[in-house]
Amino acid sequence: MREEIIVSGRMNPMVDPSLQIWHWQIPLYLFLGGMAAGILCIAALYFIRGRENDYRTAVRITPFLTPVLLVLGLLALLIDLRHKLYFWQLYTNIRLQSPMSWGAWTLMVITPVSFIWCALHIRDLFPKWDWKYSWLKAIETFFNKYKKVLAWVMLIYGLILGIYTGILLSAFNARPLWNTSILGPLFLASGLSAGAAATLILSKNKEERKQFARIDLVIIGIELFLIVHMFMGFLASTQVQIDAARMFLGGPYTTIFWVFVIALGLLIPAILEIMELRKYHIPALIPAIMVIFGSLMLRFVIVYAGQASRWLY
Amino acid sequence: MRYAMAVDTRKCVGCSDCVVACQTENNVPIGYCRDWIVELTDGTYPQLEMEIRSERCNHCANAPCVRCCPTVASHIVEGGIVLVTPTECIGCGACIASCPYDARYPHPKGYVDKCTFCVHRIRNGMSPACVEVCPTKCLYFGDLDDPNSNVSNVLKMRKYKTLIPEAGTDPQLYFLI
Repeated sequence: MREEIIVSGRMNPMVDPSLQIWHWQIPLYLFLGGMAAGILCIAALYFIRGRENDYRTAVRITPFLTPVLLVLGLLALLIDLRHKLYFWQLYTNIRLQSPMSWGAWTLMVITPVSFIWCALHIRDLFPKWDWKYSWLKAIETFFNKYKKVLAWVMLIYGLILGIYTGILLSAFNARPLWNTSILGPLFLASGLSAGAAATLILSKNKEERKQFARIDLVIIGIELFLIVHMFMGFLASTQVQIDAARMFLGGPYTTIFWVFVIALGLLIPAILEIMELRKYHIPALIPAIMVIFGSLMLRFVIVYAGQASRWLY
Repeated sequence: MRYAMAVDTRKCVGCSDCVVACQTENNVPIGYCRDWIVELTDGTYPQLEMEIRSERCNHCANAPCVRCCPTVASHIVEGGIVLVTPTECIGCGACIASCPYDARYPHPKGYVDKCTFCVHRIRNGMSPACVEVCPTKCLYFGDLDDPNSNVSNVLKMRKYKTLIPEAGTDPQLYFLI
């Protein structure tokens, strides 16, 4: 049998024997950012379409999660940086070729927008809220006047945030598993379904819950299609991408991917939601939590497996 | 000007002198390396073939690390040399993930570090430390745009390959075979 043995003298920490430069912080951030993007897109979309009163929770209540999600995500990103004191360099440069650069700028826009959106709806949470200072009231009046513009900004930047988390990884051609343009739409879909699941948990309105169970169901269908499509693409591609797909088709990531991402995160919640729509009594909390968990696991599996996939030479 | 390096895989004995010279010259932290030896054994016993390569950053003409860097820390200077400015690097790791050769590493001080082709020596008319010390003289360094340079001459005379050119990086490290 012909054999090839490669011995390398290189043993750089975090690079060898296989890349481990990104740990829990990056997948956690990708999840938090994606979920925040999903919540904000749904809220903005229903507000623009004038359905604010039909889907009150989605437009007015669920967005209160996003400042928390985004701040935690930013914190995770900061912890990940190894040269932390120089983080401001991100904001003295605009580099369109680098998804990480325009992602940083997107966060710079969407984080304040999410705070403003919550401020405009603060009386839904605290009916007796008073801004105390007249200039704060003036700001509120100003943004209330231009709420529709704000919603459009939120929708567009929400979409960019949701899709960039995937494009960030697909820009790395050095890691064959990440090097597929499916990751952008897949992460956007996964973020939207996590965002819809958040409303499913928070909403007390039966009609709204039904609508969001339907939305979740459609997005789960899209995600499954994209995942199948991704593997088809890999298996029809070069050897390194066939090897990348094999990590999930019998390789070391098979169990974690098919059990936690596909079964627990997509298929079982989809079945539970279909049963609920068919009038079986299923607590909405269960499929919603499973969808959010699946969304988190997808990021972890893709980030870790991607670092293990490589070119051979 | 286009700096490049050629490595004679038929003369290299894998002594690692280039590795130690680089670590000394560039004050590389203990346990890390900017260049390294790869030994490849191929075939069926007793018909075995061996290739020894001294590898380092390929100073790619289409460098993915420079493209992915969210600041301007990773940049290209004269002759196509790819460098990192520590005070502009945020240590995000994007360039490390983007390199198909895994030629970069996170320096313990936080920034990302890599082979510089010993740019500080080149600018003073000297050759890179690894080339200088190689006991078998298997490393050639020079300007590809100059038809009479060391590296141009040896690439004219010998067959060579580059590492994973299909990654689209246009690597500038040539391996004589």
